[in-house]
Amino acid sequence: MFARIIPMVIKEFLQLRRDKAARFLLVVPPILQMLLFGYAATFEVYHVSTAVLDLDHSQESRDLIARFTSNGRFNVMKLARSQRGIDKAIDSSEATVAIVVHAGFAELLRKGQGAPLQVIVDGTNSNTALIALGYINTIAAGFAQDYVTDLMQRVGQETRPLQVTLEQWPWFNPDLNGRWFFVPGVIGTLTLVLIVNLTAFAIVREREVGTLEQIMVSPIRPAEFILGKTVPFFLVGLGEVALVVAVGLLWFRIPFVGNPFVLLFGTALFLLSSLAVGLLISTVCSTQQQAFSTNFFILSPFFILSGFAFPIASMPQVLQWFTFVNPLRYYLVVIRATLLKGVGIDVLWPDFVAMAILALLLLTLSILRFRKTLE
Amino acid sequence: MNAARESIVTADGLTKRFAEVAAVDGLSFSVNHGEIFGLVGPDGAGKTTTMRMLAGVLRPDGGGIVIDGVDVVADPESGKPHLSYMPQRFGLYEELTVDENIRFYADLFEVAQDVREERASRLLAASGMSQFRGRRAGQLSGGMKQKLGLTCALVHTPQILLLDEPTTGVDPVSRREFWGILYGLREEGVTILITTAYLDEAERCNRLALLHNGHLLYCDTPAALKQRMSGAVVAITSSAGRAAHAAIADLAGVSNVILVGSGVHAVVDDAASRIPALRDALQRGNVVFDDIAVTAPSIEDVFVALLEDERRPR
Repeated sequence: MFARIIPMVIKEFLQLRRDKAARFLLVVPPILQMLLFGYAATFEVYHVSTAVLDLDHSQESRDLIARFTSNGRFNVMKLARSQRGIDKAIDSSEATVAIVVHAGFAELLRKGQGAPLQVIVDGTNSNTALIALGYINTIAAGFAQDYVTDLMQRVGQETRPLQVTLEQWPWFNPDLNGRWFFVPGVIGTLTLVLIVNLTAFAIVREREVGTLEQIMVSPIRPAEFILGKTVPFFLVGLGEVALVVAVGLLWFRIPFVGNPFVLLFGTALFLLSSLAVGLLISTVCSTQQQAFSTNFFILSPFFILSGFAFPIASMPQVLQWFTFVNPLRYYLVVIRATLLKGVGIDVLWPDFVAMAILALLLLTLSILRFRKTLE
Repeated sequence: MNAARESIVTADGLTKRFAEVAAVDGLSFSVNHGEIFGLVGPDGAGKTTTMRMLAGVLRPDGGGIVIDGVDVVADPESGKPHLSYMPQRFGLYEELTVDENIRFYADLFEVAQDVREERASRLLAASGMSQFRGRRAGQLSGGMKQKLGLTCALVHTPQILLLDEPTTGVDPVSRREFWGILYGLREEGVTILITTAYLDEAERCNRLALLHNGHLLYCDTPAALKQRMSGAVVAITSSAGRAAHAAIADLAGVSNVILVGSGVHAVVDDAASRIPALRDALQRGNVVFDDIAVTAPSIEDVFVALLEDERRPR
């Protein structure tokens, strides 16, 4: 029934083996991108450029400012001498955050009153601003806490002030390491882009070179052709995932607490649905130029609407519906859950089913769309 | 050659439109079993479109195609095992070797192992390619690529071979080898449909169909087509072909003048009365010429004359 799949697969691997550039592109860029994006993709804020203006010149103000200088989150770029210096630093983007300690800061503290600390934040990047404000709050609160404790000790009062303390113990990622969240996302995204491109171009190239016309005049069945294209790229995709997962585990030290077979099963479904997307694109496009534009048009929304960085739950309802046809959406759930949480199919089955339905639907559509005619 | 004259490929009222333009317009012809049938005509006559419809990769908008008794418009797949189609540029996998290409196409047509080996060796030997079997297709010359394409197209022993300008851009030696293979196939009973831009190749066909604007002008043997031409061809041997062309083109009784390698050929209604007039015109125009005489029309003369008749408003 499907006798012509094997020669298709052999041919595809022979082509790959002979094509030095393709072999290089399958190994080196994914590793490099994995390393680069693994470091780059993070919401954590470090080294916020900060300007400081101390108008109080007291022991207390110096102590407070030292807490910013000694903290890796902030990078004090400028010690301003006037309010104008601060304004200039923010305007010119020399500093994202400015901290101003006004005269009388220490005096108010010593009287036991609340002392204001002025903070100016460049809200252009609202995300960085928000996170930096959080850090500033923490530092200021820590300073206040220590000051009060210190004061009480000096006064000779042994009783500690009453306070509620938050004992955090986040599950699955105790240090709330952002990399643990993003690296699995990078693995899924890289794989999607690679597989869709590989598949789409493989058929469109045959159309351009003229080999597709030759295949059409043979008695091959559309299903044989499509599956003959699917199997090799599926195997290549498995190798790719193994490669980038290895980089994630060995280099970024991402934990792998789940069952490898659950991940393998999920990866297989994800690869099939990604392949099907590429195949469908290739049945629509007649030149590599068209395929390139179409891939870009398809892959960007897949990336944005996958939950890679932006929570799907926060999206408008219409966009949330769109995410249902996005295989990456399901795979990100699966890969994060298997690597970090260690949950099994009992929890992940809806995502597995969704990817299986997508793969089946899109593959069938490509087979139906692949006509053995030139029109 | 097989004496049987039953037709194996029949096109009946074949029509194909691209947007508003009819590339093929009510084309009918039939090809006999075991002959080499040539489709000739100027660019845009509809030769390639016709070939693609016969091969089943393009669906006609109208008309029918019957191949070996099977209606292939209704069921394109049924014709494919008996057919072989070689487009202008045969799709070879450049990264694969000669042998690997042959094996792939043999696999697609499910050719038995021993049959394909025997056939591939014989075809490669006939085209002088035996020593290149391990070479990548991308590293072959243009002529060798075409011969490899033919080998791939023939590895499943088709009954009918469709060749679309197979020798365009191929060197003369390879062209001769190519035709040698085609004659061999005809001996084996393979029916061959060929389009060609080279009219010397048209002369090698058993029968020719002259296409113009998507329909058939004439369909006959090369010899019969020559007889169909009215008047005679006068060959003027001259190194100043263009000047000769200009001097005689508008003379009365001269219907057509074409440039050839040795000078010009002029089609005239009556050779005896027109030769003196031609001679006078050339002398008036100060055109140096070596000879002027009636000649047997080449197939090129015939086609130019027949096409000219067609284009001229009557």
